[in-house]
Amino acid sequence: MTTDQLRPLTELQALESESIHIIREVAATFSSPIMLFSGGKDSVVMLHLAAKAFWPAPIPFGVLHVDTGHNFPEVLQFRDEAVEFYGAPLKIASVQDYIDDGRLRERPDGTRNPLQTLPLLDAITKGGHDAVFGGGRRDEERARAKERVFSMRDEFGQWDPRNQRPELWSLYNGRHLPGEHVRIFPLSNWTELDVWDYIAAEKISVPTIYYAHERHVTFRDGMWIAITEVTPARPGEVVELHSVRYRTVGDMSCTAAVLSAASTAHDVITEVGLSKITERGATRADDRLSEAAMEDRKREGYF
Amino acid sequence: MPQRSSVLSSNANLTGGRTLLRLATAGSVDDGKSTLVGRLLFDTNSVLADTLDHVEQVSKRRGLDRADLALLTDGLRAEREQGITIDVAYRYFATPARKFILADCPGHVQYTRNTVTGSSTADVIVLLVDARKGVIEQTRRHLAVASLLRVPHVVLVVNKIDLVDYSEDVFTAIATDFALLARSLGVLDTHCIPVSATEGDNVVTRSHRTPWYDGPTVLGYLENVDDTRLAVGSELRFPVQHVVRPQSAARAPWASRAPEVNGDYRGYAGKIESGRVRPGDEIVVLPRGSHTLVEAIDTPDGPLDLAVAGQSVIIRLNSDVDVSRGDVLAATDAPPAPIRDITATVCWLAERDLTNGARVLVQHGTSITKAIVKSIEGVLDLDFESGTVPCWRPTATLTLNDIGRVRLALASPLPIDSYREHRATGAFIIVDDADGWTLGAGLAGSTPLTARTAFTTQSDQHYPAQQGRGPS
Repeated sequence: MTTDQLRPLTELQALESESIHIIREVAATFSSPIMLFSGGKDSVVMLHLAAKAFWPAPIPFGVLHVDTGHNFPEVLQFRDEAVEFYGAPLKIASVQDYIDDGRLRERPDGTRNPLQTLPLLDAITKGGHDAVFGGGRRDEERARAKERVFSMRDEFGQWDPRNQRPELWSLYNGRHLPGEHVRIFPLSNWTELDVWDYIAAEKISVPTIYYAHERHVTFRDGMWIAITEVTPARPGEVVELHSVRYRTVGDMSCTAAVLSAASTAHDVITEVGLSKITERGATRADDRLSEAAMEDRKREGYF
Repeated sequence: MPQRSSVLSSNANLTGGRTLLRLATAGSVDDGKSTLVGRLLFDTNSVLADTLDHVEQVSKRRGLDRADLALLTDGLRAEREQGITIDVAYRYFATPARKFILADCPGHVQYTRNTVTGSSTADVIVLLVDARKGVIEQTRRHLAVASLLRVPHVVLVVNKIDLVDYSEDVFTAIATDFALLARSLGVLDTHCIPVSATEGDNVVTRSHRTPWYDGPTVLGYLENVDDTRLAVGSELRFPVQHVVRPQSAARAPWASRAPEVNGDYRGYAGKIESGRVRPGDEIVVLPRGSHTLVEAIDTPDGPLDLAVAGQSVIIRLNSDVDVSRGDVLAATDAPPAPIRDITATVCWLAERDLTNGARVLVQHGTSITKAIVKSIEGVLDLDFESGTVPCWRPTATLTLNDIGRVRLALASPLPIDSYREHRATGAFIIVDDADGWTLGAGLAGSTPLTARTAFTTQSDQHYPAQQGRGPS
């Protein structure tokens, strides 16, 4: 054996193997896992890893999309194609249904992101799911930096950040009481750049809006907001046509674009590598609500 | 949609590129750990504009004249309100050579719990001392924990060197004291660096104010520390996660690569915890002890000639042996004997105490079994002087943050290694059968710390020479 063969794994190999190990542990030890899938890049990478984890068998669980009703049409189309491609049955929890029958009310600020928590928790309970995969990464936000890979949720779906189980070696402990469930974060140790490196290395398809395209936008609160039915121009706002792309794909009401000419994954890697704005800070109005906006939503059971 | 075509045949981009290093920080309150971590993030350009804006605003609000880099590691609301860090937080930074995963372990509250957690996966411990104080009780404790957890490398950051006028004498005295401590604790690979995290001396940039120091900066050390994992050179350990017997084929794009899925396919999925494996290797299936040969190593990217520690793969065997989840495929050279009676060092991580006779669960590799605490043989007294080793005190119970010697009887035999030789498969966790809480971290076999105490001899007798079939 040459020393070359004994060199350590590369970063991407190590991350991929760690995530596959996590996904397999969940399938082997929980009775009814489900994977959250929005069509966003992190969830596509997670689904891709699931397909690799169970090859040559199919993925043994379904995926769940919490649809705010304000999703980008390109992303919804991609979502349907991707679940077909990877072979995972799709369930949809619809925020619009909850609003239509009065279980939820629109917020004055128009964003529907915080409204996803109730339909999500209902879908978990109704489906009897004891493990719920999410694509959250620890580098995204400071509350997430302390999240475990196996993260307990009580009967109310709540996260208690001050009362988390220690997580040692790669011994993940998913035991829980009836009514509780466990959120699983296989991408915990990935950064935004890792995700893009992997998308490029594995040639994974992501929604077209992650790449540069022309769009009518307006500059509002320091962010480029697309002009859509959901987010019309306000009086006095200047609407401009720009080459933009999205770094995160959430609800249209709270996700902003960045000016960009990056049309391939490799272009995006160059751009992300040089970027001086964090992923969520640039583009997510929902995290600007307060200093602890993400922490508060996570405590209540959000992704 | 998805344009995938032929890409799966090549994993080329996955195999090129930088490596991954896991590190954990340890230090006591006010050693400047948050500032050091903030400095590493800041000076490697891992802090982006909006985060820095936020830190500058908060610093200004608090009446500081420059950005307090410690704020970069702020976490939960309670921590910001109380100005303390409660829990291990994970940070990420990278250079062209390496990506770093840093477990940022708070120094005061629950230091054992946090340091044990951070050390369990760490390749390197970054230990801080204040240059004005030198090696203190907390340093000895942290190093003892790092030694117990067998972290391969320890770097001592002698911080606030600016506050002792960049004195070589002060640094040398601390480094000498630390070397004595490390030697007595059996920590072999150590290095000391004079640093001012606030000023940035020797963190990422070499300082001209310490001309007497010619070693690497903190980042330089981390980029170059030997990462040829000890694990790769060790014997094969492959805990089986699940048996792959596809009833139907995987979807595109992998369907075409599926090896003859006609009902006959049978493989074992898992992650190699240590060592390496090749087709044709003889292995032993534990705990049963059947010997067989490796037929092939399968992955969706194609079969492998060699797989090493850290890789998730599927192993196929060339005979019809009985293998299920929880079994371990091991090298035939010195495999661990499956045992029901184990003695281990246990780091107690829960609010509730551990007492004799307690019924718990032991999770090891991919198996979990019931266990009864037969006896608690002692608790480690971490108040010790440099040059000596911690000693065991008799005790009836273990309480939060105690490190104890415990004898456990297992309901079914497990092929547990000695933690000294195999970190991954010598480790286990103790779980509460009732509510599932993780109660403790177990390190099987004798501890490196106490080679001269009565307990080790006793535990070595229990381990591993027993239980019928085993290695000879």
